[in-house]
Amino acid sequence: MAARALLTRKTLASVLRNDAKPLGVGIAAATHSRGLHVYTLPDLDYDYGALEPAINGEIMQLHHQKHHQTYITNYNKALEQLQDAVAKADSPASVKLQAAIKFNGGGHINHSIFWKNLAPVREGGGEPPKGSLGWAIDTHFGSFEALIQKVNAEGAALQGSGWVWLGLDKELKRLVVETTANQDPLVTKGPSLVPLLGIDVWEHAYYLQFSNV
Amino acid sequence: MLIRAFSFNFAGLQNVSGINFLFKEGPKVNAKFELKPPPYPLNGLEPVMSQQTLEFHWGKHHRTYVENLKKQVVGTELDGKSLEEIIVTSYNKGDILPSFNNAAQVWNHDFFWECMKPGGGGKPSGELLELIERDFGSFEKFLDEFKAAAATQFGSGWAWLAYRASKFDGENAANPPSPNEDNKLVVIKSPNAVNPLVWGGYYPLLTIDVWEHAYYLDFQNRRPDYISVFMDKLVSWDAVSSRLEQAKALSA
Repeated sequence: MAARALLTRKTLASVLRNDAKPLGVGIAAATHSRGLHVYTLPDLDYDYGALEPAINGEIMQLHHQKHHQTYITNYNKALEQLQDAVAKADSPASVKLQAAIKFNGGGHINHSIFWKNLAPVREGGGEPPKGSLGWAIDTHFGSFEALIQKVNAEGAALQGSGWVWLGLDKELKRLVVETTANQDPLVTKGPSLVPLLGIDVWEHAYYLQFSNV
Repeated sequence: MLIRAFSFNFAGLQNVSGINFLFKEGPKVNAKFELKPPPYPLNGLEPVMSQQTLEFHWGKHHRTYVENLKKQVVGTELDGKSLEEIIVTSYNKGDILPSFNNAAQVWNHDFFWECMKPGGGGKPSGELLELIERDFGSFEKFLDEFKAAAATQFGSGWAWLAYRASKFDGENAANPPSPNEDNKLVVIKSPNAVNPLVWGGYYPLLTIDVWEHAYYLDFQNRRPDYISVFMDKLVSWDAVSSRLEQAKALSA
């Protein structure tokens, strides 16, 4: 339901046309006095309540201000600790930090994509994809409805926490539907995969509105 | 026959699937799995854990695991096996088979409800407290370690206090915690549906569910607050002590 209601075809189409900024640039950063970028919470392009009734304002606010912010805070902390560990040539510490970096950094990356992929209905949210994206979906999945079915099935089948992705395999030049666990970014499933659409299926993304449904 | 003398003092314990793991060669449980109610009414843990949470967590999540497990098992070679057998078999040394998640989550949730009681919390006593002090240094240090495990289980999962017996069966294990801790209490965390039964040689004593559905209605993203409140006001140390007695008897 989220895909149908809230896809922004503009964002997806622009990624396919290669004129989107690399996702990393969109993530706000500030310069830390130690020369380390400090990541900050990106603003949403819409109000918290603007996606109602599809996703309610309470969830949007919690999700953005608490969950996403926490990933950013902990990502910054882990990167600082990594910088220290590397400077001291402390390999065990450096390696031990990888889990926290993957988890929190992944959380920041994934949620930054997520906010961009949503839009209020009055700004095109929920309209079916057209143009090159629409053509690509029809080619690789048969129809938009077939894609939705596949995404829904994968999302429902995911055990625990994770994400469902519509991605582009740059090498094979085809669209794929993939899932990742926890906050693993799509690239962990294949270096040539580019995320186009991510759906957060952690319980926090829907629990207050849909509970376990 | 001696084994049958042990019993839990819970109200509402309707079938033995929750403790069947302790009976290594005991009676096979009829594999008609049922949704066991918690040993207190759904509002029994208010105001600490809301009735609404119990209604969803037990009434929907737990129920769904039971229903889905039944559908997966009927007519297959797993039909007729006990819950614990299904869990260990379908864990398949980490290369999990489809029925694992539902089976383990049924067991985990049965166990979880029994870990709590109205007016719970406080401190353990007697032998349990002695062992905690022996193996963690102090009750406070155990608390810190348990709470840290629960807070740092990334994504969905569980944190456990377990009794690790000396007969370590490595056969069904994949990445188990350090094997150098015989006849000791240990704190473990596990992802998604995984529980200590799959590693062999571990007797779960206490668990906390840290899937978001366990705390989201009452605490939203504040998992550390939920964990603190669980330890302060919900844990049934009686249940934990009972399980420790059983574990020691069975592993002797």
